[in-house]
Amino acid sequence: MTLAINLSNISKSFPGVKANDEINLKIQEGTIHAIVGENGAGKSTLMKILYGMLKQDFGSIKIFDNEVNFSSPKDAISEGIGMVHQHFMLADNLSVLESIILGMDRASLKILNKSKYKDEINEITEKYSMPLNTQSMIDELGVGEKQRVEIIKVLFRGAKILILDEPTAVLVPQEVSELFNNLKNLKDSGVTIIFISHKLDEVLEIADEISVMRGGKHIDTVDATTVSKTDLAEMMIGQNLPTPPKREKNFTQDKSLTIKNLTAETDNGRRAFENINFSINQGEVVGIAGVEGNGQRELAESILGVYPIESGEIILGETTINDLSTRDRRESGLSFIPEDRQSQGLLMDVSLSENVILGKQSSTKYKSRYSNIKFNEASKNSNAVIDNFDVRTPGNNTLALALSGGNQQKFVVGREIENKPSLLIASQPTRGIDIGAQSLIWNKLRDARDGGLGVLLISADLDELIGLSDRIYVIYEGNFVKELDPENATPEILGSYMTGLKT
Amino acid sequence: MKLSLKLTTLLAPVFAIIVAFGLSTIMLYLIGEDPIETFKIMYDYGKTGKSIVSILNRSVPLYISAVAVAVGFKMGLFNIGVESQYLMGALLSAALGAAVALPSFLHITLIIFVAVISSAFWAAIAGYLKVKKGVHEVISTIMLNYIGTGIIAYLLANIFFEKVELSTTAPQTDLLPETARIPSLNAFLGIEDLPNLHGFIIGAVFIGILYYWIVWKTSLGFDLRATGSSPLAAKFSGANPARLTILAMMISGAFAGFIGIAPLTGYFFKYTTDFPSGLGFAGITVALLGRNHPVGMALGAILLSFLERSAQILDLKDVPKEIEKIMQAVIVLTVVVAYEVVKRYVTNRQIKEASKVVAND
Ligand SMILES: Nc1ncnc2c1ncn2[C@@H]1O[C@H](COP(=O)(O)OP(=O)(O)O)[C@@H](O)[C@H]1O
Ligand SMILES: [Mg+2]
Repeated sequence: MTLAINLSNISKSFPGVKANDEINLKIQEGTIHAIVGENGAGKSTLMKILYGMLKQDFGSIKIFDNEVNFSSPKDAISEGIGMVHQHFMLADNLSVLESIILGMDRASLKILNKSKYKDEINEITEKYSMPLNTQSMIDELGVGEKQRVEIIKVLFRGAKILILDEPTAVLVPQEVSELFNNLKNLKDSGVTIIFISHKLDEVLEIADEISVMRGGKHIDTVDATTVSKTDLAEMMIGQNLPTPPKREKNFTQDKSLTIKNLTAETDNGRRAFENINFSINQGEVVGIAGVEGNGQRELAESILGVYPIESGEIILGETTINDLSTRDRRESGLSFIPEDRQSQGLLMDVSLSENVILGKQSSTKYKSRYSNIKFNEASKNSNAVIDNFDVRTPGNNTLALALSGGNQQKFVVGREIENKPSLLIASQPTRGIDIGAQSLIWNKLRDARDGGLGVLLISADLDELIGLSDRIYVIYEGNFVKELDPENATPEILGSYMTGLKT
Repeated sequence: MKLSLKLTTLLAPVFAIIVAFGLSTIMLYLIGEDPIETFKIMYDYGKTGKSIVSILNRSVPLYISAVAVAVGFKMGLFNIGVESQYLMGALLSAALGAAVALPSFLHITLIIFVAVISSAFWAAIAGYLKVKKGVHEVISTIMLNYIGTGIIAYLLANIFFEKVELSTTAPQTDLLPETARIPSLNAFLGIEDLPNLHGFIIGAVFIGILYYWIVWKTSLGFDLRATGSSPLAAKFSGANPARLTILAMMISGAFAGFIGIAPLTGYFFKYTTDFPSGLGFAGITVALLGRNHPVGMALGAILLSFLERSAQILDLKDVPKEIEKIMQAVIVLTVVVAYEVVKRYVTNRQIKEASKVVAND
């Protein structure tokens, strides 16, 4: 077998971090090679070097036994390397065909011979059995289909080596299995695939070999058929893989939140959600599963009072809070972890010791009789959040923007829980953060629940939903279409309700 | 670490002013003037006792105007309408102040009260338009400046002027009686042989403290700053954007009401067509120079007043005095750039330190 890729001693430093530290990696032609590692392990950096987007500080790259020296992705493409980024770079108002040929600098493109390209593209889609209607507009496509366009775009440029950076992060389970089928076909046709992920089940399923990265270092490369998930997890994080703790249900009969017939105001002729009914007991976690954009975000925001409702009732504990301002709702015991910590949960250019005040600036907790903010109290409490939630920071004077995503999130979660709410709404509480921070947040949410807190959990991470919730509702096009017991739920079952396949 | 960060922040304006002088030197050199000589003339003239009093007197309304602008800036609101807000307040308080007879303390209090209330009201219109009709405050405040100027001209010529018993053709309000005038500090400080140092300079100090307290120390100020930093996060934290916008415009306008007090009760004693104007716009410059900081803006106001004052001598020495306007603009630009550079430096350092903490365990 030939070596498609041979990396030796690749090192790359950014100010303050060694993103890649003497990486040695060999990848056989025609295999699927997975690279796993926590967020920040250096996976993307390594791939960007391989794709010519970044220049390594040291080390050499051999592609099919040729030493190469890329100064831009163009060079990489001409050596047969293609990369699909996590965030698609497609323009909505182009057709599939146009998107694929866009930006090619073949001289013949001066005369846009679309029909000729169309045949070439159809050849590719047939060869790799990846059906695609070249006439569709991009904005009509689902996420999985857009990804397929990106892959074909890369293949069309002659890629023999395909890099996929966290391709499954945006997909529901059904789309994932479709992608995997496509990848297997590609592999059978001789394409070499590098597959980046931090989901161990996935890489075990799809990869031939798995390389583990941690803290910028290449820890090991193992055979996917023999390695166990636990071993991989240990290599990845140096400790056991955290699973969301499944617990005995032990909630009381006192209501933390009751929602009756809640209907959103129409916005551009459509309602974000309609006729929602459910309740959360104290000490209970109720999860909401749904593909992004099906009304779950608006539902959470309407409970906080920042999204307008048309009718229905929101009852916090025993009190109807429909007419209360957001401030008064927070004052009555509502805490909120927003889905976007950076724009909704933190003041990025402000210190942690002031950020701890956010949400309680008008409560007696931080407001004195003379309207003064109690900065001493804030400083003390921010330190408590930093200690109790293991926020890694030089101190509470550090600006929020200086922290890593996981530490920012731990701070937000810590602040909201330490405010001792009676209801916590947690929107995507662990999205895009490292496993360490994730397991800490899971534990803290569980502890708070055991202490009698009612939690509304909205998450795109189905394992998280199943592991943490006492009850799960699936929301689809603004309606609760299914209630499930997490004991009987799997990501596949949830996925089929989320996509409307099952009702 | 904290101290050295503060130090770097302080270095920014110093560095900017050095660069600005450098650029001005080159400019003077290019137009064939002796730079050293020019600066020396300006400095010598600017440091005379007469000049110092004049500089301080000029700084007072300029500083207050900067404070008014800064209140908006801290929340991300651009109140370009400080100009018509203070003129409106000055006119109405001048007219009313001349029409009543009261003991001195009450009289002065009334004048200030009327100025502040009418300016705040005028500013509130822009806040209301933004909240209810979605009109951006830059557009509405600029338009309100035009409308306000028109209203002021009308009121002055047609309503207040007829009551004036003086035999003059220039529209103006009646002179304020002695009880409505704020005394100078000269007697109190034992200054002789110099022009009057206006008493309202003490008012300006209190306004600076009040501004600092509201914006940095109170719960309302936290809401303002939070909204300025991230409108969404502020909203999610319970700040009411509509209420805050109107409130911030009114506070900004209320501060604007103080701008006219020193000229009115200190040396004009009436509102005329040549009552000092343009202070509202100059305040924007000073707020930028001082980065909305109460002390920074005070230094900025004094610096600009110094440049303006010392430029007066240039004409006599046949140096084009436009050089002073250019220097002003260059200083503001370099300060803005220097702060941006320092901000980036501080941010990067914080990120580095934070990533070290993570890497070390
Ligand atoms: N352009 C950059 N500038 C500075 N630091 C960076 C840059 N890109 C990545 N890093 C840092 O390098 C490390 C590795 O990042 P990355 O390769 O994106 O990790 P992964 O893809 O495994 O999550 C992280 O600590 C990240 O903050
Ligand atoms: Mg990455």
